[in-house]
Formats: sequence, structure tokens, C-alpha cells
Amino acid sequence: MTDQSAYNFAYLDEQTKRMIRRAILKGVAIPGYQVPFASREMPMPYGWGTGGVQVTAACLVPEDRLKVIDQGADDTTNAVSIRRFFQRTAGVAVTEATEEATVIQTRHRIPETPLTEGQILVYQVPIPEPLRFLEPRETETRKMHELEDYGLMHVKLYEDISRHGQIATAYDYPVKVEGRYVMDPSPIPKFDNPKLVGNAAIQLFGAGREQRIYALPPYSEAISLDFEDYPFAASKADHACDLCAAPDSYLDEVITDDQGSRMFVCSDTDFCASRRKAGHVGPMGTPMAGG
Amino acid sequence: MYVAVKGGEKAIDAAHAWLAEERRGDPSVAELSVAQIRQQLALAVNRVMAEGSLYDPDLAALAIKQARGDLIEAIFLIRAYRTTLPRLGASAPLETAQMAITRRISATFKDLPGGQILGPTFDYTHRLLDFKLAAEGEVPAAPTAPASLDAVPHVTAMLNRDGLIQTEAEGNATPPDLTREPMEIPTTRPLRLQAITRGDEGFILSMAYSTQRGYGRTHAFVGELRIGTVAVEMEIPELGFSVEIGEVELTECETVNQFKGSKTEPPQFTRGYGLVFGQTERKAIAMSLVDRALRWKELGEDNTGAPAQDEEFVLMHADNIQATGFLEHIKLPHYVDFQAELELVRKLRREALAHGEAAE
Amino acid sequence: MTPEALLGGFADAPRQSARAFRAALESMARPGTLWSVEGAAPPAPLSVAAGVLILTLCDGTTPLHLGASCDLPVVREWVTFHTGAPLVTADEAQFALGTWADLTPVDRFAIGLPDYPDRAATLIVEMPSLENKGPRLTGPGIKVVAHLSLPETSAFRANRALFPQGFDTYLTSGAQVAGLPRSTIVEAV
Repeated sequence: MTDQSAYNFAYLDEQTKRMIRRAILKGVAIPGYQVPFASREMPMPYGWGTGGVQVTAACLVPEDRLKVIDQGADDTTNAVSIRRFFQRTAGVAVTEATEEATVIQTRHRIPETPLTEGQILVYQVPIPEPLRFLEPRETETRKMHELEDYGLMHVKLYEDISRHGQIATAYDYPVKVEGRYVMDPSPIPKFDNPKLVGNAAIQLFGAGREQRIYALPPYSEAISLDFEDYPFAASKADHACDLCAAPDSYLDEVITDDQGSRMFVCSDTDFCASRRKAGHVGPMGTPMAGG
Repeated sequence: MYVAVKGGEKAIDAAHAWLAEERRGDPSVAELSVAQIRQQLALAVNRVMAEGSLYDPDLAALAIKQARGDLIEAIFLIRAYRTTLPRLGASAPLETAQMAITRRISATFKDLPGGQILGPTFDYTHRLLDFKLAAEGEVPAAPTAPASLDAVPHVTAMLNRDGLIQTEAEGNATPPDLTREPMEIPTTRPLRLQAITRGDEGFILSMAYSTQRGYGRTHAFVGELRIGTVAVEMEIPELGFSVEIGEVELTECETVNQFKGSKTEPPQFTRGYGLVFGQTERKAIAMSLVDRALRWKELGEDNTGAPAQDEEFVLMHADNIQATGFLEHIKLPHYVDFQAELELVRKLRREALAHGEAAE
Repeated sequence: MTPEALLGGFADAPRQSARAFRAALESMARPGTLWSVEGAAPPAPLSVAAGVLILTLCDGTTPLHLGASCDLPVVREWVTFHTGAPLVTADEAQFALGTWADLTPVDRFAIGLPDYPDRAATLIVEMPSLENKGPRLTGPGIKVVAHLSLPETSAFRANRALFPQGFDTYLTSGAQVAGLPRSTIVEAV
């Protein structure tokens, strides 16, 4: 990868961007429906965010401020690598602060800080088809979506209940969008599912290897599948953050020695740091200078 | 005290620097040149061109050097480069019957017009390590014969004269481009052939082998295998005629397969087709077997449920760049998902144990 | 080709089309909101906004239908020179451009297939003006309710009844653009 001048703005050529942009618009017009698109080979491997990168590249404007997170964190290596890619190829400003970002590319999390109008959240999606692990054939799952035949999914969830007494899906938890398409929200923990709903930002989903783009327009309905007597419940570790004391954020469990000691810290690094800067201190944290 | 892992950026830079050093290896050993790779590792170069879908031996050689000899990594470099190139148009169909041949064999006829030309093949070498190659040494020049300028007709064209082999549809339509449109299943034969020719050699080989062992058997004979160079011509609308823009080395394989006939067709031979960039005959033969196995529907044959008859299975898993990316992505952090699973398993165990105690 | 047809394209396509697309995305994602776009100077009678959308979304792979009032030699030449989009009849169109009178009856346009509802047309409707007044809009992208000066309601209600099939619409006037996806529920007030 060389500097910006060697490649077109945001890396992709204009024709490719137009193709992706048309797919994004159709995705927005049909919430939750997976639009096929001619995904390009990117200079990073399939499975490492090529879908998200293509969607971000198609959306970026020179004035954007980009945030990239993986597992909620800005400093994980793949997030760093993708952020650098756009710094080099689009020359956009970057940030770690959720509220300052205009475009956020994410893998596996929705930021804790509520998003606002004018923001775009781009998800990296490995397997966009929510029915794929129940029916491996695209020809079959496409038919199921056409006929709105989601019986197989309900059978699976029901089998969970009869076996485990509850729905045993902890992440990648399917939602029904605007009463029509069942959609895979990407492998976010089900704790994040409620944030999909009624979100003020535009949520775009890109699956590069599987060649699909889909979308949730702002303020869309996305109901986590459940049963009346077994309602959906978002869950997380039953702790507060050991660094910032947040009682309601999604937590990573960190093993701190070989004696089984552990601590719980916010997976959203920006959220945790902002709280600590604001003076919140958890049991294992130290006060942090305001910033 | 716990400090969250920071410094991803520094780690990446250091890893890249280390990688560059490892790639070079011991500096007291002379560095490989791209020209050496192109000349002396030509079959690796051919594979990278074929699966990278880009006919450029110099770039393929560079990619092999950069990838430290990891051919899938080299193919990936070529694909990522290829995708940035504009698609300017489509060439006229290549005339493989006009190929300048370096190798041509038929397993179905002892001799035939144009002759059997063994060419530079490993076929009858004894696979004994040649320790002379460990020392440097000049290779004696191979004997030569005058090249024939006559076109060498295809074996299947000769069979076709008697109506013994199924005629393939002709057409000048520009085939769909796999790299410009998302794959839609069921697909068409031109698209299938495109996917197979750039598919992973190992995968295509194993699929073909499985048909030979009875998983979708097609009774294939190598009607003809030919390797050589073919001119690439392009119609220039402004000029109103086509001009030669270069030539490519290709391997073409046509298998002749038994066909017992169906309700609508009398018994006749059918064919499987393989066409691959460069001298890549294992791939071309494998391709023709897989192509033939996938034609069961159009030929009215039974679907025996064999993997090689399953278009969606073959086409969705043939691409090694897709496969390796997704396979290797499980190295990326997944601790958010894992945490969710951890909570779930703990909860299920708690409830199961409580249930067990209550029952006692 | 007239000199007029050669002018009025993007001077810096990568950046101008990126900004234009963001407006196109926001307007389709938030029905009833009005967005300003710039960078195109198409020949009359096309509005700036319609010109910007054509330059941003159309190319040699997207058949375009020109409604009668736009189907002038200079417009055809401008579209062909700047985008290469093939000009086609309504039933073959992926994009269609014209006044509402040009484009009705709208049942001529592709609404996608039951298994591929994305293969539907996008209409670009030239309007004398655009305001947040008139028919009431609800649905995805709208927090509570929005209003938009649509040319009529019944065609859009009929289109909504086809969901998830149906066409999608941009309304343009001067430099302004508004989006109306097939998912929006339109009611007369």
C-alpha cells in the first residue's frame, strides 16, 4: 500500500463505487433484504472486513471523521489496519470518540454511546444469511425469504428451549425487520440487539465474501425472535466494569493471573475511557486525568 | 494492575519489518530475481496466473517473491491488483485450433493428424532426486525438430464429423463476468467454467478424483490435451476489424465421456472441457472432469448426490482466496462472541446443576 | 454532438460523487427530508439535482429511460457522453427520469422479482418545487411522521402494497432532492 495519490479516492474505482452505492440504496429501500453485489477483491483477506470496507469506501466523503472498532475496541490490530487503510487511501480524519465520528465501521459490537442522525454504522458481516446454518443452500434460503417461510428458524429456537430451557444463542441473534425479512445482525452479542432498534443512525451491513449488502434505515423495527413464554432477554456478565464502574455496558472478562483471578472491563474502549476521564472509577481502576 | 493491550499500530509495523527480513533470508545468500522466478519456477508462475485470473508472468513472479513462495498468498496479491484494473472490453473467442503447440497428446487414438507431441513433460521422468541440480551446472541443449506451421485440428472435431460426439452450442455473445456480477445459483456453463478455471487446483483436483472413484462417475478419456500459445484478438469498433493484442500460453483439455443416451438423445460421446492459463495440465484435466460431472442436468443424467455434481457446493467452495480468508479470519479476536458464549454456558450449567440437585 | 452535451459533468468525480451519494443515501434512508446537491450542470430541462443523481448512479450497466419532456437530443447526448447509460423504454429501465406526467402510468416500471426484489427501477421525478407539506409519510427511516409534497398519493400507496417488491423514487427540484423508498406508507391529508 502506497500513498493516496497512487489510488482513487477511497481506493475503489468509480464504477465499482457506483455499483456498491446502487446496492446500498436498494438495501435501504428494502430493510433487512440481502442485496447481491459484485464484491471486489480487496487488499485485505476475505473474512477480515472486506464487505464493511467496500461499504465504507462507497460512503466516505472527504469531510468524514472515521472510527473503526473490532470487539468494541479502537486499538485491536485489525481495527488499526482498516483505519490506516482509509487514512491512506481517502485521507479522511479519524477518531476514537463515538460521538465525533460520522462513519463508524465495526466488527461484532454496537457502541455503547447512542448514535445520532448524520452517523453511519457499517457492520462487517461474515455470514449474512440468518438461515445458513439451518439450510446450507442459497437456492433454498432465497426461496424461504421469498415465501417469508421462517418456520425452520422457529423450530431451531424451540428445540433450544426444549433442550436447554432457553434459547441458546448468545450472539448473532436473528431479528425480524419491519415485519418482513429475518436478518442476521452480524455476530454482535445479543446484548447489543436492542440498540439495532429505533437507532437514529443509518446501519449498513457488508458481507464481501458472500457478496451481500443489507441495511436498517434509521428508526427501523428489528425484533429479536422469541416466543411469548420465552421472551428475548439481552444479557451480559453480571458485573460492573472494574475500571469505570459502568453497570450497564458489555464487558470483556480478562484473566489476570494463573490462579483464576479475573476482572471485567468494558468492551467499548472509548466508552470506558470517557467515563474514567469524567471521574468514574471502578474497584480495580485508577482515576484518570480529564481530557 | 491490568492495562488494556495497546499499541496495535506499533505491533503491526514491527511484524511487517520482521516479515520483510524473513522474506529476504540470509543476506549472505544471493537474492532471487523476479526474472529467475519467472524462468525457473515457471509452473508456479503459471498457477498464480491461472488462479489469479491475470495473464502477466512478471507480476506473478513478483507476487511469488513477495509471498515467500506461498502460492495462495501470491494469487491473493494478483487478485487484489487485478481488481483495480479497468475492464476495457472482451477479446474475440480464442482459436485454440490455431494454437502453436508445444505439447499435444490424445489418449483415445494411437496416432492422429497433427501427431502426438510429448513436449516438456514430467510424465515419463523417474521421480528420483537429481543431485546434480544441487550443484550449479549448465543443461545440454535439447534436440530440436522443425516446427510445423500447420494448424492441428481438435480430436473432438474429428469425432464430431461422424456425429459420435455431442455438438456444443456456438455463440459469439460475451460471456458473463464472474468478477463483475454476483454469482447466482443455478448458473450457466460459461460462468461455471470461469469459476473452475480460477478455482483452487487442489480443490478441483480432489473433486475430479472423487468422480473417478465413483462419486458421480463420468467415464472420462482424455480425448486431447494440448499446450501452446494462442493469439488474442480484439475487435476495435472504431476500426471495424480485430487486431492481435498479444498471445497467451494455454492448456486445453477435452475429455470424451461415455453417454448412454436419454429419452431425447441417441447414445453418443459427450465432453468435459478444461482451459487454463499457462502449462497447467493437472488443473486442465481436473477441470474437464468437474465440468462434465456438473453437466448431469442438461444431459438428463441421474443426480447421485455426489459432491462433484453439486453446482452450489463446487462453485461456492472452489475459490481459495475466499476460503483462506474466511478460514484464517478465525485468528482475529472473537472475545466478544466468546464472552457471550461463556455467559450462556455458565448459565446453562448453573441451571442444569440446580435441576440435578433438585431431582436428587 | 453539441458542445453543450460535453459540459456540465463533475470536475472532480471521486469527491463530488461521494458527496452526492451521501445526500442520495440520507434522502432514501430518511424519507421526507430535503437535501441539496451540487456539481452537475445538465442541459435544460434537467434540474441540477436530477443531473447529479444521473452522474452519481448511472453508467454503462444501468439502462435509463427518459420521459417525453426530457427526451431531447441534447439530453440524450449529455447522458450518453457523461455516463454511457443505454437509453431504453420504460419496461427495461433500471433508472427513469422525467416529470410525473412523463412517468405515469408507473406500472410500466420494473418492481423486482419475488426472490430478487432489488431488481426494481428507481424513478427520478422532476418537480416544480419540493416542500415538507402534503401527504403524510410513515415507515422505516421516519421517527414519527414526515410530510412531502408528492405529485399524488394513490400510485405510491399501490406501490407500497407490492412490498417487498416495488419501485423506489427520488424527487428533484432545482438543487434539492428527496427520497421515497417503496417501504414508505403514504397517506393523503
